[in-house]
Amino acid sequence: MFYRENGQFKSSYRQDEALLPILQDRIFMLALLAFAVVGVPFLASDYLFLSIINPFLIMALAALGLNLLVGYCGQISIGHAAFMSVGAYAAYNLMLRVPNLNFLVALVLAGLIAAAVGILFGMPSLRIKGLYLAVATLAAQFFIDWLFARVKWFTGYESSGSVSTPVLSLFGWPLDSPARKYLFLLAVVAVFTLLAKNLVRGHIGRAWMAIRDMDVAAEVIGIRPVYAKLTAFAVSSFYVGVAGALWGFVYLGSWEPLAFNITVSLNLLFMIIIGGMGSILGSFFGALFIVALPIVLDRVPAWLGAPLSTATASHLASMIFGALIVFFLIVEPHGLARLWAIGKEKLRLWPFPH
Amino acid sequence: MKRHLPVMILCTALVAGLAAPLATGASAPGFYMEVLFGGLAAGVLYSLVALGFVLIFKASGVFNFAQGSMVLFAALSVARMAEVMPLWLAAMLGVGVMVLLAILIERLVLRPLVNQEGVVLLMATLGVSYFLDGFGQSVWGSDIYEINLGLPKAPVMILGNLFKGGILINKDDVAAAVVALLLVTALALFFQKTATGRALRAVADDHQAAQSIGIPLNRIWVIVWSVAGIVAVVAGMVWGSKLGVQFSISQVALKALPVVILGGFTSIPGAILGGLIIGVGEKMAEIFLGPLMVRTFDLAGGGIENWFAYVLALLFLLVRPEGLFGERIIDRV
Repeated sequence: MFYRENGQFKSSYRQDEALLPILQDRIFMLALLAFAVVGVPFLASDYLFLSIINPFLIMALAALGLNLLVGYCGQISIGHAAFMSVGAYAAYNLMLRVPNLNFLVALVLAGLIAAAVGILFGMPSLRIKGLYLAVATLAAQFFIDWLFARVKWFTGYESSGSVSTPVLSLFGWPLDSPARKYLFLLAVVAVFTLLAKNLVRGHIGRAWMAIRDMDVAAEVIGIRPVYAKLTAFAVSSFYVGVAGALWGFVYLGSWEPLAFNITVSLNLLFMIIIGGMGSILGSFFGALFIVALPIVLDRVPAWLGAPLSTATASHLASMIFGALIVFFLIVEPHGLARLWAIGKEKLRLWPFPH
Repeated sequence: MKRHLPVMILCTALVAGLAAPLATGASAPGFYMEVLFGGLAAGVLYSLVALGFVLIFKASGVFNFAQGSMVLFAALSVARMAEVMPLWLAAMLGVGVMVLLAILIERLVLRPLVNQEGVVLLMATLGVSYFLDGFGQSVWGSDIYEINLGLPKAPVMILGNLFKGGILINKDDVAAAVVALLLVTALALFFQKTATGRALRAVADDHQAAQSIGIPLNRIWVIVWSVAGIVAVVAGMVWGSKLGVQFSISQVALKALPVVILGGFTSIPGAILGGLIIGVGEKMAEIFLGPLMVRTFDLAGGGIENWFAYVLALLFLLVRPEGLFGERIIDRV
């Protein structure tokens, strides 16, 4: 970067283990947060909030959840949208059936319910892995899709099967404008990101990574695979469930039975592959990329005077996703986050060669 | 014996479930047979897709998520080319396209990723799948197209003297079954009798040993993906003539995953039998179990065929992860 970290000595373990050991990084992070809280609401238009920023924040949270499972614990899942829908429907039913429930409480409870379901469908991971686990999670996807589409109790006996949510209000502060929704999402995502960052640095995160790298060796050094895998499924489903509840209540407002189908699951997987597996920052990069690309493809040709039809744009987006996935798997398996880290490392020395 | 007990319980439950509608008199025998044949017909289609999976998995250990997209791509190519030329020529060109695709996939995807973990390859084929879906629909269009194989569509009635009302069977379903049978026979001959087939089996057994006796791995992969591409052309034409060529083919082909779990990842007969079991099972479940569940739990409609196959596969994974005929290669944790 344009700064040097010379002279910043770590003289205690506390300093050594700090989240951001370098002063300039701390300043940068604070500035970023301040900009996100104060600057963005003034600069961004409602359209930008509704089409990119808000979905980006929610999807980043969901991708973060999936990353904890796939990137950190090495257990594949191609059915994570199902846990999003568990969170969304759980929050819906809690808000519907429990009078005067605060949305934040409903959010956490929805996450816990999603975690319970996640543990249930994570059970097969104790016996199988890899491709087989992929099919097991696919079973979760299709079964849960069907459950919410068909069992009338979950949708409050709506005849159409789609549900709609009231305008949320937090402590008398209604979430009615895109900017307010944004601030609420930002707070939730920031808290959960900090939590995840500390989780993966701690005992449990190290257990996950050990299981991912070599399960037999991990067991030999005293990590219980059952505990590690099921906590990974639980925490991951919790995050994804919270993201699902946010997606339903804050972003969609009302949704149809198959709003959380397999396409969403695959998109989540693409986010972490492109963004970077086993990286928290990568979840954000990937989510931004996947959320923004279709809109960019829709908008940019129109500005250039050659608008694409919706179908062409979506086919093009699908081709670009596909090609990029293969590209990243071959060239940079750690995704955009790794490119970011390389860039940072280069800039640290620049303009000197060593 | 102890290991087989859960498997036997599961199989007994399946057979009992299969026989229940007939035994309890919930359905007329003629109608029951019709459902059975309908399930078998759907099962043949699943088997055709699953066959492509098994071929590729056997030879390269890649779990090819893109098989469904390959079927869609092949069907789209044949359908659109058949609009300007005779069908047989379009089919030949379709085969050519799939071989070209196989070469490209080997060059651009498999070769750089050699020796990677199975999950990485799975995700790579997921990328290939998305690319092919987008590419196929950009090039060939995304409407619903028809493939007319010239098969008679009218149902015929058989066994009219045995059951009251007889059994209605679609002729094109029978034709599809015959095609599948021919394809499997041809593949079996190819694998057993030709030098290339022997090389393929050697690679499937042990990559390194095969390479050390001079079998060119890269060429074998191209061949296997080409064969899977040809299977995709056949599957695509059969599906296309039955359901029309449309995007949903690529999605329905996801059903081939539980099929191969059930049959075993490495077994061609397993793919066929697994397809038939899934096909019959989900039709039976939809028609006989579905209304029962709707009545009991007050559901807003059936549709259990959407998940029946996956849940069955999940149960199978718990008791017999290698499938009915697969080899016991699974890593236990």
